[in-house]
This record gives sequence, C-alpha cells and structure tokens, in this order.
Amino acid sequence: MSTVTTDPHAHAEHEHHHGPAKGLKRWLYTTNHKDIGTLYLLFALTMFFIGGAMAMVIRAELFQPGLQIVQPDFFNQMTTVHGLIMVFGAVMPAFTGLANWLVPMMIGAPDMALPRMNNWSFWILPFAFSILLLSLFMEGGGPGFGWTFYAPLSTTYSSDSTALFVFSVHIMGISSIMGAINVIVTIMNLRAPGMTYMKMPLFVWTWFITAYLLIAVMPVLAGAVTMVLTDKYFGTSFFDAAGGGDPVLFQHIFWFFGHPEVYIMILPAFGIVSSIVPTFARKPLFGYASMVYATSSIALLSFLVWAHHMFTTGMPVFAELFFMYCTMLIAVPTGVKVFNWVATMWRGAMTFEVPMMFALAFIVLFTIGGFSGLMLAITPADFQYHDTYFVVAHFHYVLVTGAIFSIMAAAYYWLPKWTGHMYDETLGQWHFWCSLISVNVLFFPMHFVGLAGMPRRIPDYALQFADFNALISIGGFAFGLSQLLFVWLVVKCIKGGEKATAQVWEGAEGLEWTIPSPAPYHSFTTPPEIK
Amino acid sequence: MAKTSYLCWSLLTFLLAFSTQSAEMPLNMTQGVTEISQQVYHLHMKIFYICCAIGVAVFGVMFWSIIHHRKSKGVEPAQFHESTKVELLWTALPVVILILMAIPATQTLIAMEDTSEADVTVLITGSQWKWHYKYMDHKVEYYSLLATPRKQIDNKLKKGDNYLLEVDRPLVIPTGKKVRFLVTSDDVIHSWWVPAFAVKKDANPGFINEAWTKVDHPGVYRGQCAELCGKDHGFMPIVVIAKDQADFDQWIAQEAATQAAAKAEEQKLLSMNMSKEELMALGEKTYMGYCAACHQPTGMGIPGVFPALKGSKMALEDLPGHIDIVLNGKTGTAMQAFAKQLSLSEIAAVITYERNAWDNNTGDLVQAADIAKAQKP
Ligand code: HEC
Ligand SMILES: [Cu+2]
Repeated sequence: MSTVTTDPHAHAEHEHHHGPAKGLKRWLYTTNHKDIGTLYLLFALTMFFIGGAMAMVIRAELFQPGLQIVQPDFFNQMTTVHGLIMVFGAVMPAFTGLANWLVPMMIGAPDMALPRMNNWSFWILPFAFSILLLSLFMEGGGPGFGWTFYAPLSTTYSSDSTALFVFSVHIMGISSIMGAINVIVTIMNLRAPGMTYMKMPLFVWTWFITAYLLIAVMPVLAGAVTMVLTDKYFGTSFFDAAGGGDPVLFQHIFWFFGHPEVYIMILPAFGIVSSIVPTFARKPLFGYASMVYATSSIALLSFLVWAHHMFTTGMPVFAELFFMYCTMLIAVPTGVKVFNWVATMWRGAMTFEVPMMFALAFIVLFTIGGFSGLMLAITPADFQYHDTYFVVAHFHYVLVTGAIFSIMAAAYYWLPKWTGHMYDETLGQWHFWCSLISVNVLFFPMHFVGLAGMPRRIPDYALQFADFNALISIGGFAFGLSQLLFVWLVVKCIKGGEKATAQVWEGAEGLEWTIPSPAPYHSFTTPPEIK
Repeated sequence: MAKTSYLCWSLLTFLLAFSTQSAEMPLNMTQGVTEISQQVYHLHMKIFYICCAIGVAVFGVMFWSIIHHRKSKGVEPAQFHESTKVELLWTALPVVILILMAIPATQTLIAMEDTSEADVTVLITGSQWKWHYKYMDHKVEYYSLLATPRKQIDNKLKKGDNYLLEVDRPLVIPTGKKVRFLVTSDDVIHSWWVPAFAVKKDANPGFINEAWTKVDHPGVYRGQCAELCGKDHGFMPIVVIAKDQADFDQWIAQEAATQAAAKAEEQKLLSMNMSKEELMALGEKTYMGYCAACHQPTGMGIPGVFPALKGSKMALEDLPGHIDIVLNGKTGTAMQAFAKQLSLSEIAAVITYERNAWDNNTGDLVQAADIAKAQKP
C-alpha cells in the first residue's frame, strides 16, 4: 500500500486565502468535496430516519394479527416507500457522501474532478425525494406496488401518483449517474504521482467498480420507469399481453438493474471494512490483489444472475439452471473476501473501538446474509422461500447489518478526521451494542417466520405467526430508538470533544491520515508523492 | 435427519428465549406431503448444514483470533499479507462444495418442471383478490374466496383457528394422481403457493404457467397468494382438499350436476320476477362478497383509486351503462368483468342494490331477464 514522503503540514499554508463562504450560500453553491460529502451524509441520515419511521408504521401494524393502525392500501404504500427511501435515499447517498469526502483525500487529489456537477448531483436529490414523499398525500395515495414496481400493478392498476414516482426515480438516477461519472473521472485523472491502480486503497477500488456498475444499470432503471409511464399514460403495451407485450419482460428489465444495484450497495461496504480491519488489527490487509480481483468478478457476475429473483415466473428449465449456477458462483469471490478479512485479523494485535466493532459485526452478519443468499440460489428450495419473510430476513441482513453497519463503521472511523474531535467512545459502544442486539431480535426470527410460510408484503397474517411478529416488532422499535443514540453522538462530536491527532488511530495508514484533523477545507492542493 | 434438524432449530430458538410461546408455529420449512416437497426439504437442510459448517469454521477462527490476538495481551502483530497457496485453496474448495450442492438441486429441479402425463388438469386463474378453479376434463368451475369474516379482521370478533387461511370453496384434487396446474391471471400478477406441495407458480396475465403435484395422503392443505397484487394481497388464501379417487369422483360428479342444475334454474328464473326485498337481500350479499373490497361497504369507494357508487352518475342515471360495466368490466382498469363470476340473478340483484342503497333510491328494479337481454345471445 501507499506511503507518503511529503510533509503534511506544508499544505496547511494555502488555506487562508480561500475558506468556505458563510451561511446558507456556503451549502447551496458549494463545489467543495468535503461540503458536498457532508451534505450527502446528512441527507442520508435524514432519509434513514424517514424511511425508518415508515418501518415503524409497518412493524406497529404487524405487531398483532388483525388490522389495527393502517389500512392495507396505506400499508402497501409504506412498504413501497420505505424500500425506495432506504435504497435510493439512505444507503446510496451515504456511500456517495463517503466517496466525496474520502476518495480525493485517499488518492491525494485536491477535490473531485467535476466539482460543479458534484453540486448538481447532490442538490437535485432533495427534489426527487420531496416529490416522492409528497405523492403520499395525493388522492389515491402514493406508490403502493412495492419498490420493485412490477407491471401491470404499477401500470394499469396503479394510482395517479405513479407519474410522480417515475419522475422522482428519474431524478435519483440522474443524480447517481453524475455522482458515478465524477468518481470515475476523479480516480482516473487525479491520483497523486506514484499512486498506481494497484496501490489505491480498497475503498477507492470498490467505489471505482461501483461507479461503473452505476453507469451500466441506472439507465436500465430509467428505461424501466419510462416504459411504465408510457404504458400507463400513452397507450404503449410493453408489459401488457393484450397489446403484444409481456409483464415478465418488466421483471427481466427491472432485475437487470436490480441485481447489480444490490452490489452497488455492498461493494463500497467491502472497501470500508477492508480499511478498518487492518487499522485495528495493526496488520496489513491480507490478499490485497485478490480483494481487487474478487470485487471485479463479483461486479461482472452481477450481470449474469438477475433472473434468480424470478424463479417462480415460469422460465425454461435450462434458464433456471443457468441462473442457479451463476448465482452459486458468486459465493466464491464473496467467500474470498471474508476469508481475507479473517486472515487479516489472524495474529494481529487487535483493539475494539466502535468502528472495529461495527466492522466485526458486519463480517459475521453479512456472512449470515450470504448464507441465506446461497440457500436462495438453490432453485427448488427458492420455490419455497421466494416472496416469504425468509427473503425479507436475507436482504435485511445484507443491507442493514451489511451496508448500514458498514456506513456506521465508516462514520465512527472517519468522524475524528471530519470534525477534528474524538467521538464519545462510551456512547458509541452503547449505540453499537443496542443496535447489535436489537437488529438481531428484529431480523433473525424473520427466517423462521418465512420458513413457516408467511408471505412478505401482507398487512395481516395467520394466528400461528403472531408471537414471532410481536417479537420482531419489539426488536424493530428498539433498533429504531437505538439510532437516536447515534444522532446524539454525532452532534456531540461536531460540537466538541477530545482533539483528534492527524493519524487518529494508532494503526491507520493512508493519505487521509497524513493531513491534520479536522481535514482542512482544501487538502492536497499540491499532490503528495507516493513511493 | 428430521429429528436432528428439529432439535437443531429448537435449540436456536431456545437461545432466543421464546420457545415456549410459539408452540404452534413450525420453525422450519415444511416437509410437505409430496415426494417433491420432501426432496426440496432435504435440499434445504443439506445446504443449511453446509452453511452451518462453513460458519462454524470461519467464525471459529475469527473468534479465536479475537480472543487471543488482542493488543491488550501484549502480542506483536505479524506482518504477513499474502499467500498464493492459501488463497488458491480457499477459492477452489468452495467451488467443489458448490458443485456437490448443484448436482441434487439440478435433479430435483428437472423433476419439478416435468409436467407431462398428468391425470387431472386444473386451470387456476387469479384475479383481484380471489382464485378461480376450472377442471379441464369436467364441466366444473368456480371461484374461491376468503371466508374469514370482516369482523375478525377488524378485531370485532374473536379470530378463528384458520384466520385468513380459509375459503368458501376449496380446490379438490384426487390423491395418488399427477395433477397438473395451469396458472394464469385476469389482471395483475399473483402467485399460487401451497407450501405442503412445494408448488409456487406466478399467475401472469396473458400467459399460462405449468406446475404439478402428486399428493399421497388425503388432507386439507393451505396456502396464500405470494406475489404482491394490490390492496388485498394478504387476503386471497388457497385451500386444497385432497380426497382419494373414489371420493373425488363422487365429489366431481355431484359438483357437475349441481352446476348444470344451477344453469337450468337460471334459465327458468328468466321468466320470473323477484321482489324488491329479494333483490336487495341477494344484492347486498353479492355486493359485500364481490364488490365491497374496492367500492367499500359504504359505497364510498377509495378516492383516487376506486370510484364511489353512492351518488355516482352511472348508478343514479345510466342503467345500460351500469349493466354493461358490471357484465363486461372496463378494460385497462381494476373493474373486472363479472359476467362469468356471478349468476344472472346475482348481477341483477347487485345492480338493483347499488341503485337503491346508500340513499341512491332510484327505485329501479333490475331483473335477471334484463341482464340476459343485455348480454346478447
Ligand atoms: C378490484 C376492484 C373492483 C371490484 C372488486 C369491483 N370494482 Fe367496480 N370499479 C372498479 C374501478 C377501478 C372502477 C372505475 C373504472 C373506471 O376507471 O372507469 C369501477 C367502476 C365501477 C362502476 C362505475 C362507477 C361510475 O360511476 O363510473 C360500477 C357501477 C361498478 N364499478 C360496479 C361494481 C360492482 C357491481 C362490483 C361487484 C360485482 C364491482 N364494481 C367490483 C374497481 C372494482
Ligand atoms: Cu394475489
């Protein structure tokens, strides 16, 4: 990995002539990667709580059998918008925020390559989500066809908020594509002299690959929503058999986007964990090169497995077999990653600060999500698991204890660099342990409920599922409340706290740890040299 | 195998400390009642055990390392960071395990998809939010609707044992015979799922999917729609009764006779008029069963999604239009055609009901003969 030869303090001198503007304008007009990173992260946190509030509504309704709190129509809108908000509003912007903050600092660049576009790609997001959220208040309600918006439920049979849904997804897509272009251009052009590709930190590598995935599949999503729009309002029949179309075609298009999308939400997490584990094990990452190759092969394979979401749609046997085999194959590079992390810990000298705790929890719980993924890949068994709570358990293990836990780990890891203060370690440990316990009470029993036969996306259920659902809801409320600790901690850390050193963590390596904490508004205005 | 798996799962649950409360819920996938469902179950357990073994190994090493290789123990970190041999090994080993997994999975899958040489064929059609069953070799077809009373769902009545898993008319199939299901839909995508048969097939509008089962033991098997299909997706259960061949033959003969008789009765009714009270009573029953899910018991609909019938122009003035939309539905909307679902007198009654309930008070009486006329011969 990289080492630096320049004196980090040499850059600090440049700062005084160009600081941030004051007030609201600073944030509206900013082209500074750190400001934009902060905006993205705060936006993601806000969305995390809005989407979380919807999850609370869902869990409250499911606390007991019978309809108590909401009607089925609204329940469907909650599951739909919860999914959309968490995927496009919380996880993706959080990763983009981290990329903004970290990629330039990790490769020794002064900023992102396309700073004005960077401003744009953030500032269209609040509009996209305002449109989506406001559509909930329309006559007929917001989108209620699931975040996967299968036709014809989303076309012929949907309410008129569908048009707003389509526009808001378009805006999210444009934002993601712009963000991805920026990451790629930055990484390809602004690396400090001497930083070859195979010297880049893994977070940079995983984001680099993620950005290509985004550029490849966001246009496919845009195509899908546009076809939904024209089918609904302009008389086309892409997904309507009566006009020569095919509703299953929609699913092929959607999942051609949707499967790479799930890797978009996990590859940067791999990068984060690969940064954190070596720091706290005080030992270099095991198998750097194989990590890069594994990430690339996961990305490539992700284009060949989309139909494993559709085994029950009625495909020819050979197609089912093909998609089953390809899906099983993904376990190989994913396994390599997990083995590498464990090997990194092996014979290290570990300490267990909050970032490390979240990273360790990530490794265990993400792997559990991977196991259930492997089970789901087995087509005949998938016929039983499909569209049950087993699937809900699976994707919440990879997305909540996977993606979200990695984002939490990243926040704790780099907060001292961003704010210049150490966070409150005790409070952080409380947050970690409360989250860890509640998240498992929340999602682990879902495996059993699913195997016992409870379908997903239903507002009411048979009596046998009652006890487990009550327990799951309790876990859900506890997990939701635990996240308030995180907000408290972040606010505290911004306001003050023990001063952080430049290196922050004893074992930390990489360019971002060579500049002072908090990172000056402009860093690496002259590139460092990498040996 | 079954016993160890049960032990294993109960232990897991016990660890979570709530094993006592949920005695009724099975904690594992059902073994089902068919050869295929057993195979699927064993496949599921096999992959589960493999995952457990890998998990124990990986997490074991990890936790050993966490316990022993910590800074507080004063260890010096090693500096190794690659080993081609080890890395090749842990790439190749999973490939071998996966191949071992893929072989039985492939065999089961091929057997599941072989729908040839069926003894009985049933056409299953999903629509919002009910199932329709049609026996292809007999003159028998009918709708199957949720039988749980609304009051139980609204918590005004104690919930029954089969809450949300009961229907008015279950599907009946013979045991020991290969039964082929043709699955399709009239509107959105549904999915016909009976866990005990390990059959889950999407019902795609405009296309027909195939699945099959062969049930060995008589019994009642319950399932649910598995694909989100709109508002009442959670309220379209499936019940299948498997009877031995003799009982099945008797049942289907009787059912065919009843349905033929009903048709004949229908013709006879054409020349008779029902009184307003009769029409309103039958109309209310039909409305609550078939229309209230969308137009609501109050006739107020759901604004922006399902129109109100109370005070609607069509219900107050346009009688031919009213008959037409109930008979034929309106393409491209959720308003489905009821000509095939309801009898002539039920349609007449429900229209009468809609034109006189909720202060609509038009005084119009619609008779079965009016419907027959509108339907064109
Ligand atoms: C799955 C939902 C659904 C069910 C069940 C349903 N309808 Fe409808 N109905 C609709 C929708 C949607 C419309 C509006 C169609 C349109 O866009 O014009 C409608 C329209 C109507 C209209 C015309 C209203 C007007 O003022 O234009 C009548 C009359 C009607 N339905 C009667 C019935 C009757 C009678 C039944 C039961 C036998 C029934 N509907 C069951 C969804 C449903
Ligand atoms: Cu359905």
